[in-house]
Amino acid sequence: MDDEPLNLVLFSGTEDRLQAAAVMASGAAALGRRVNIFLQYWALDAFRKERISASLGLAPEAGERGATLIAEAAKAGQQPWHATLRVAKELGEMDIQACSLSMDVLKIEEEDLDPLVDGVEGVTAFFLNAGDGHILFI
Amino acid sequence: MSTEQIAQVVDAKGLSCPMPIVKTAQAIKGLASGQLLEVLATDPGSVKDFTAWANATGNPLVEHGEEGGVFRFVLRKK
Repeated sequence: MDDEPLNLVLFSGTEDRLQAAAVMASGAAALGRRVNIFLQYWALDAFRKERISASLGLAPEAGERGATLIAEAAKAGQQPWHATLRVAKELGEMDIQACSLSMDVLKIEEEDLDPLVDGVEGVTAFFLNAGDGHILFI
Repeated sequence: MSTEQIAQVVDAKGLSCPMPIVKTAQAIKGLASGQLLEVLATDPGSVKDFTAWANATGNPLVEHGEEGGVFRFVLRKK
């Protein structure tokens, strides 16, 4: 079993990409792997208390057909990305950090963020925690 | 067919990947070593997922099958 953590850099703030990231994170957590998540730009914006449950749209390639299919999946009971992440966070060791540069650029304060976010750090701290584990950019 | 008693059943029918595995990982935490966990799922990816998860975590998959589109897995807590 791989002891290195799974490291996700989340950049995009659309629901489909956040859901894909939440699936990767929860799969790793279910295997007992540590997960580090670093939130940049629009992904960070999506973790604001005011935004997290809002409709965040889809990646442009989804198109009309994609939007219809995603809406059907939600109707059929697929839980939203933040609910998937919350379950995964209870399951294993998952650290979610906001990128300090993105906090500055987007004028976000720590108290604006959902409690899923554990803190704020710079990219150097992220790389140190990532160790030799894989880094995925989503 | 095992005649041992199942300690807990997780109904993950209708849930999509990775929730059946996530619910399984949660449930197995609460069992004592040697107890059996039964999981019911409809996600077609779950067959490969449960085999892989059992191997990776060391909780053996002692039984699995499919009936009417419902997959059934029995795992033993290590």
